Amino acid sequence: MSQNKLFTVLVPIISVFLGLLAGAIIMLVSGFNPIEGYTALWNGAFGDSYTLGETIRRSTPYILTGLSIAFAFRTGLFNIGAEGQVIVGWLAAVWVGLAIDAPMYIHLPLAIIAAGIAGALWAFIPGILKAKLGVHEVIVTIMMNYIALFVTNDIIRNVLTDRQTTTEAIPASASLASDWLQSITLYSRVHYGILIALFAAVIMWFIIQRTTIGYELKSVGYNEHASRYAGMNVSKNIVLSMVIAGTFAGLAGAMEGLGTYGTISVMSGFPNMGFDGIAVALLGANTALGVVLAAFLFGALKEGAGEMPTGAGVPTELVDIIIALIIFFVASSYIIRWILLRFKKEGK
Amino acid sequence: MVEYVIEMLNIRKEFPGIVANDNITVQLKKGEIHALLGENGAGKSTLMNVLFGLYQPEQGEIRVKGKKVNITNPNIANELGIGMVHQHFMLVEPFTVTQNIVLGSEPTKKSGVIDIDRARKNIKEISDRYGLKVDPDAKISDISVGMQQRVEILKTLYRGAEVLIFDEPTAVLTPQEINELMDIMRSLVKEGKSIILITHKLKEIMEVCDSCTVIRKGKGIGTVDTFNTNVNELASLMVGREVNFNTVKTESHPKETVLKIENLVVKDSRKVDLVKGLNLEIHAGEIVGIAGVDGNGQSELIEAITGLTKSVSGKIELNNKNIMNKSPRKVTESGIGHIPQDRHRFGLVLDYSIGENMVLQTYYKKPYSKAKVLNYKEILNKAEKLIQEYDVRTPSVHTPARALSGGNQQKAIIGREVDRSPDLLIAAQPTRGLDVGAIEFIHKKLIEERDKGKAILLVSFELDEIINVSDRIAVMFDGKIVAEVKPEETNEQELGLLMAGSKVKAGESNVTE
Ligand SMILES: Nc1ncnc2c1ncn2[C@@H]1O[C@H](COP(=O)(O)OP(=O)(O)OP(=O)(O)O)[C@@H](O)[C@H]1O
Ligand SMILES: [Mg+2]
Repeated sequence: MSQNKLFTVLVPIISVFLGLLAGAIIMLVSGFNPIEGYTALWNGAFGDSYTLGETIRRSTPYILTGLSIAFAFRTGLFNIGAEGQVIVGWLAAVWVGLAIDAPMYIHLPLAIIAAGIAGALWAFIPGILKAKLGVHEVIVTIMMNYIALFVTNDIIRNVLTDRQTTTEAIPASASLASDWLQSITLYSRVHYGILIALFAAVIMWFIIQRTTIGYELKSVGYNEHASRYAGMNVSKNIVLSMVIAGTFAGLAGAMEGLGTYGTISVMSGFPNMGFDGIAVALLGANTALGVVLAAFLFGALKEGAGEMPTGAGVPTELVDIIIALIIFFVASSYIIRWILLRFKKEGK
Repeated sequence: MVEYVIEMLNIRKEFPGIVANDNITVQLKKGEIHALLGENGAGKSTLMNVLFGLYQPEQGEIRVKGKKVNITNPNIANELGIGMVHQHFMLVEPFTVTQNIVLGSEPTKKSGVIDIDRARKNIKEISDRYGLKVDPDAKISDISVGMQQRVEILKTLYRGAEVLIFDEPTAVLTPQEINELMDIMRSLVKEGKSIILITHKLKEIMEVCDSCTVIRKGKGIGTVDTFNTNVNELASLMVGREVNFNTVKTESHPKETVLKIENLVVKDSRKVDLVKGLNLEIHAGEIVGIAGVDGNGQSELIEAITGLTKSVSGKIELNNKNIMNKSPRKVTESGIGHIPQDRHRFGLVLDYSIGENMVLQTYYKKPYSKAKVLNYKEILNKAEKLIQEYDVRTPSVHTPARALSGGNQQKAIIGREVDRSPDLLIAAQPTRGLDVGAIEFIHKKLIEERDKGKAILLVSFELDEIINVSDRIAVMFDGKIVAEVKPEETNEQELGLLMAGSKVKAGESNVTE
């Protein structure tokens, strides 16, 4: 038991370390100085209060998409659809932001709730199809991603604007932006959304660990038959799990729409926050705290990457490679576990 | 000097919080059937998993034909000629028998293509040699549990096993199938194979085994030759005290009707009628045993009563209230408890701790939760109490149910169901996989519940269990109750005939059609 817990902590840390090590070797081989490279990465992520603010800003939606995937996963479902849920959440948030005129204490919560509901609805469809017809959620969520992308683009062009690619900015009454946070971070785009994301992490932990809802959801994920025997409604729980996961992802969209950008633009491809969320969840061992930490790591890597070309001449693509390597090492955690066990045995 | 094929010397294996094997020695002679006997949780499965390379021992030595070996994984065990038939089969349902057997060691033609014809011929040959009667082309999902077990046996033989380990093979079999399995084992040793057999049924040990090693609480107690011993001695060696085989039971005093079933029809998933107009009544304060050959609709009957399967027509009433086609939760709340036949499928969430499993039907009620927030203190208290009372041997309440020994998992389920003290308790194969001491205890509990005025429906393939525990026996054949007999007026022969569908009336056991 305790040994298992130790491993859940140790394996991601070692994975990150190995990923960074492999990245250093690749830099060396391609003729760059890894120390300079990583210094630039560090400065790009934590160098001053501006970059720190941007790192937090970038991590915020990762926390929420990571939670979305982790939550579904804990209950036996694979939510590949976070991507689409982010997009519809983003759209809904901006739409409500633009369409309604109200004081902030009504307007902002309404826009956030709209994002959550949009994400939830988007996840409800694969949930109900799985529960009632047994269609695998992976297939449906992937399709829902494309539907979200194209429908959203169309709505931006033809409904929210007159053949423009970007909407107007939302009014201040619907914005998560914070003058105070900006002023202490040299006018970075960090916004109050981080509080929402952290609060969501607490909510996820609470639902999963402390409530009868989490007890049922996990039970259905582990053993459908025993859950039915115990009187749980299996279909309801599958749908509920997807809906909660979708809400988290939808909120991630609100972070972008109400916090970072204040607008929504036509997208030529997926913004990838949902897909990165899979990696965040994996690295965070599908726990709330783990997801928060992993999201910050991802945010820092992605933010710091911007500094690597200017600071050390290392191409940003290399950072993608390092992230991919970290994921690779987490995914092959079996090997790391095995090596750890070996060491333990020999140490005896 | 005797020739040993397998020697396990002074084996020690620890799990967090528990020493599962403490200095155990087992020596298997060539061509013998050697029994491993011990209470639930004594460490039998663990010991065999060590031999099969699934666990590494902390101490001790394993020798194969006198040579010291290091079995670090099951592949090495296979290479050394050791095969294991697990209690829970490891077969791929949609595959055929042949496909399952070659899986992982597929024979190929020169071109690298799988040579399934050669494999099929090979399998047929082995099957015929040992009288296994397995159809190489049948799909796993279409064959009975007994047949699936033979496929597992074939799989080990196909891989060249010289030593076969059977972990509680008879627990899932009907009496008929058990006899056939014993014949198979005899023909295996005749061909020079050696067998280690784990079973809780002392009669089986006396019947087929040559010797028997007894384990108590992880420690080896010793090895006895079966021709030198008897059932009583084995039982007391294993438990460490005298065991009472005859269930003490006072007369029943049935009162009002608790369960009333009329003309019940239930179809299975393939839309075939399996319960065909069944009638049954159970009263408060009595135990009704259902005797029947597996597959005559018993499982479907239970699933219909408990709401796990929809009934087509008829009537099911509990305390004069209709419960037919109600949800399992409604049925449970109206006063039914259910010890399911398949404990891994229905009875437990194996990845939950044993504590969490103890509130599987009550987690949403006070005091285990309030306003949807779980109260772990209350849950664990309850679990501790049940673990104590039902002697569930586990290192702690936090241990995952998966890590408990088979028999202790069963005791946990029984504790949970009996403790809710439902008006009707359905017990399907309740003592499957339990040691004799635990069986005695469970029977006592069932009778206690009866004496409290509860109704009990007992379904079992063990005829002596049915006869010993029931107040009334209903024989089920082809989806109907075909006869009712009193346990004191019948015997296993008569029941056997009735179960096979011959039309004898109770009391006229010698007259067959
Ligand atoms: N993987 C595991 N992790 C932790 N404890 C375990 C594990 N497997 C077995 N145990 C513990 O080891 C002890 C022996 O278990 P084992 O399964 O060997 O018993 P058994 O003799 O086969 O009992 P049964 O007759 O009930 O099957 C039990 O107390 C069990 O809880
Ligand atoms: Mg066992």
